[in-house]
Amino acid sequence: MTGLSELYQEVILDHNNSPRNFREIDGATQIAEGYNPLCGDRAVVYLQLDNDVIGDISFQGSGCAISIASASMMTVSLKGKTRTEAEDLFQRFHSMVTGAADRAIEPQALGKLAAFSGIREFPVRVKCANLAWHALHAALDGNRETVSTEEGGSDATLTADVQG
Amino acid sequence: MTQAGNTIMQTVRPDRSTRFDVEEVRRDFPILREKVRGKPLVYLDNAATSQKPQVVIETLQKYYSRENANIHRGIHFLSERATQAYEDARAKVGGFLNAAESREIIFVRGTTEGINLVAQSYGRKFIGEEDEIILSAMEHHSNIVPWQILCEQVGARLRIIPMNDDGELLIDEYERLLSDRTKVVAVTHLSNALGTINPIKQIIQIAHRHGVPVLVDGAQAVPHLKVDVRNLDCDFYAFSGHKLYGPTGVGVLYGKASLLDAMPPYQGGGDMIRSVTFEKTLYNVLPYKFEAGTPNIAGGIGLGAAIDYLSQVGLDLVAAYERELLDYATDVVSTITGVQIIGTAKEKAGILSFVLEGVHAHDVGTILDQEGIAIRTGHHCAMPVMQRFGVPATARASLAFYNTKEEVDALVGAIHKVKRVFGR
Repeated sequence: MTGLSELYQEVILDHNNSPRNFREIDGATQIAEGYNPLCGDRAVVYLQLDNDVIGDISFQGSGCAISIASASMMTVSLKGKTRTEAEDLFQRFHSMVTGAADRAIEPQALGKLAAFSGIREFPVRVKCANLAWHALHAALDGNRETVSTEEGGSDATLTADVQG
Repeated sequence: MTQAGNTIMQTVRPDRSTRFDVEEVRRDFPILREKVRGKPLVYLDNAATSQKPQVVIETLQKYYSRENANIHRGIHFLSERATQAYEDARAKVGGFLNAAESREIIFVRGTTEGINLVAQSYGRKFIGEEDEIILSAMEHHSNIVPWQILCEQVGARLRIIPMNDDGELLIDEYERLLSDRTKVVAVTHLSNALGTINPIKQIIQIAHRHGVPVLVDGAQAVPHLKVDVRNLDCDFYAFSGHKLYGPTGVGVLYGKASLLDAMPPYQGGGDMIRSVTFEKTLYNVLPYKFEAGTPNIAGGIGLGAAIDYLSQVGLDLVAAYERELLDYATDVVSTITGVQIIGTAKEKAGILSFVLEGVHAHDVGTILDQEGIAIRTGHHCAMPVMQRFGVPATARASLAFYNTKEEVDALVGAIHKVKRVFGR
């Protein structure tokens, strides 16, 4: 049960049950879609960028608890952040869930997002946690192509992902 | 060269007993003694691939240890013996399906390749612009996409037999779809996502009244039902070895000899020719015309061993036991509050697809996996079925004759655990 309770933490279940910022943004400056064809999870991320500051961020989609909660918590974490801060958080989050050794993991810098650290023990689910974040990354890049976190295994490399 | 000829091997041996003993058959499958995540393996993903009995594993080992050689070419001892073993396996498959002749049995990589072969060989020769291909709403992607590719190539189009809320095809609607534009009907015998057994004999009779040939996707049916291609009068029947307790990478396309003879080769290469010059190549006879290149020799022989094994256990006994087990599983799983069974046809086998209210199938799958229970979650390569039932994914427990009521009880316990984790 240890592994499971690490994976399905209270905060994750809460965001799954009541996703925050689950809506479209009229006149969004950036939109990108994440879609994992093998499992069917989908997340569309909407951004309202005002002078490189995320004035508003939202998402819509369907998927498992991990992907929905991850998208929801991402929107909460990023509202009001600058583009650079958002990219930095994306990198940190990615390193945390994949357990990338080349980057020190500082859970305190991730705040509530640290709830996803347990997912490292469930390699096949890493792609779920990453989906909305990779859509965000594409949105910030102005990439309109649908991105996936499925190519090349349970967690594709960053470059492969963002090239969609 | 040993020709497949007209010999059909008798595969029906006396049953080991007239009673089915699940504990006895479980001992034949070494993997069932494995523990996963510290718990006894409960393998309920048989529709994805089945486990292999010891005799199949030993057959592969024996082949590579003592018999390996290329077939249909060598004049040496080993080649002759390997050729004989491979052609014996073909004859066993012919007997298993009750085909009229061994040359109607084409070894392929699996069901998918069998369907692609028919779409590209039969389809490109006999199907043209404005022609129609009838599929059903419950097809696996492997019986959709090859036909879509053909449609793009020749300008034909697909017509789809709808189904009701239980997952049963609407035969009246099917009859209305048939016209003189219809050139082929391709339907699954047993739905991988719903478990529905389709009235395939009736479907074939109706098509034949319009002079239309029928391809049956038998990937899920062969492990659970006795299939008699002559009684069904089907024109093509495709299945995979690995779902029938045999190795991966080998499968079978049965085709009526008259149809196969009229079809051009699917792939070119060695073994499928009679003579080659740069000006002209003469093709080999059936079945070799469709078997270019060195085939999966060990796989074919392993599949023959699997068919022998299944015949010894007794497919009738297997079917009866699985029916009882599915009924039990349906009863106990459907009484869990929040569970909805997807696929409630009257005629079903082997498959229990369900959704749990408020919990995505992948989360169900992860939690069950922690209990050592292997199921499939997702769209089961049948996205149109998911769309028809308005669900993104289902959790699917699929049964084999080595599964037990105790394993079904473990599944029920684990579903309750999912509900606890999600506070449902």
